[in-house]
Amino acid sequence: MKPSHEPGNMLVVDDNRVNRLLLTHALEQNGHNVSTAEHGKIAMDMLRSKTFDVILLDIDMPEMNGFEVLEALLKDNDLRNLPVIMTSASDELDRVVKCIEMGAEDYLVKPLNPVLLRARVNASLEKKRLRDQQRKLFRTFATPEVAEQLMREGFSLGGKYVTASVMFADIRSFTTLSEKQEPTDTIELLNNYFALMFDAITANHGTVNQMEGDGLMAIFGAPVFQENHREQAVRAALEMIELLKVFNEQRAIQSRGQIEIGIGIATGKVIAGYTGTQHRATYTCVGDTVQVAARMENHTKIAGKPILIDEFTREGLHGPIHIEDLGDVTFKGKEHAIKIFAVNA
Amino acid sequence: MPVIDKAIFDELKQMSGAEFINELIDTFLDDAPKLIGELKSALAANNADSFRRAAHSMKSNAATFGASQLAELAKALELLGKENRLHETGDRLKSLEEAVTSACDELKGMKS
Repeated sequence: MKPSHEPGNMLVVDDNRVNRLLLTHALEQNGHNVSTAEHGKIAMDMLRSKTFDVILLDIDMPEMNGFEVLEALLKDNDLRNLPVIMTSASDELDRVVKCIEMGAEDYLVKPLNPVLLRARVNASLEKKRLRDQQRKLFRTFATPEVAEQLMREGFSLGGKYVTASVMFADIRSFTTLSEKQEPTDTIELLNNYFALMFDAITANHGTVNQMEGDGLMAIFGAPVFQENHREQAVRAALEMIELLKVFNEQRAIQSRGQIEIGIGIATGKVIAGYTGTQHRATYTCVGDTVQVAARMENHTKIAGKPILIDEFTREGLHGPIHIEDLGDVTFKGKEHAIKIFAVNA
Repeated sequence: MPVIDKAIFDELKQMSGAEFINELIDTFLDDAPKLIGELKSALAANNADSFRRAAHSMKSNAATFGASQLAELAKALELLGKENRLHETGDRLKSLEEAVTSACDELKGMKS
């Protein structure tokens, strides 16, 4: 690992003036930018208004002590991953242990040893940089919520079997429509459409993992497990249809063509994992369930219903959702017929 | 026992540099009477937490400059505060005050 000697933004939190001076001086000598706070409350205000790389935190302070600061950091999505180095007297190591258990990165004993200070601060800075990189990577394919959970719990790149609900959505009458309008209008339409669909999906804890042309694929219940992923997927679909209505109303005002979409949802075992490169990664699901969902989306045209789900998805619905049994359908290339259901808005 | 442990002080000085050590000493000299004041009013008000905190700061400052005896005395007072036994303070606060005076005198002479 390459040691980092790049300057960072440090926040020194200590109620003792001598300690603040000493830490500030030592850190500045190592090239860092240093801000100071006399107690936890001031520190929390500063943390919310400015970006820091490492916090050096005293335990015993008036107003808000080190434990309370750690607790507050842990609850804050943006601050949770900020490395904290506890600074404490040598006779309070039992309390330092508690801080490490609460999530502090490391500790330093006062009076300070400048060599140890430099080493520990640099190690924490390096960790911060790696975490920031990871976070950025996660955010290229996951919702902020999923990214945060993955950061907390870690994830394995390797594939595994998971039970999830897979959604495919497509604009039905898109091709004919795009022939009638300017290319720039088509792209604008797609962007506005995707923004709305993403909103509905992420609001219901789904992750969009593929977009192609006017179609998208989303997963519910993975990569982060959700107990009620089947209902979440269906709720997302209903919201998508609802949002599309508003979208079409707006387009009608602008005298633009209407669009219709089809959504297919299937639930079952899928092979899931992360694929891609450092710059572009995606959470991918493959397997029979994915195929079924794609076929069902396609089948919405024949069935004349915007949302189709399979039996496993239907079994996971508990709320007041209006379901219509459409009987058995044998999809092309499949041996067995499957039961399909329409979800009516 | 020397008032200021030379080895600890020299290390601090080396880490700080000649200019900054003066600023640090001045801060110590400035804060010491304030902390004594806080200890006295906390004792009068029987405020164990405030007493503990002031003693803790004094201990920390003393340890930084190598004023080992003062640090020990402050630590004892910190413990009294922590265990809510301020009534047992006795003349320990007076001893601490004397140790502070000696440490301050010594540190004044150690400025570069």
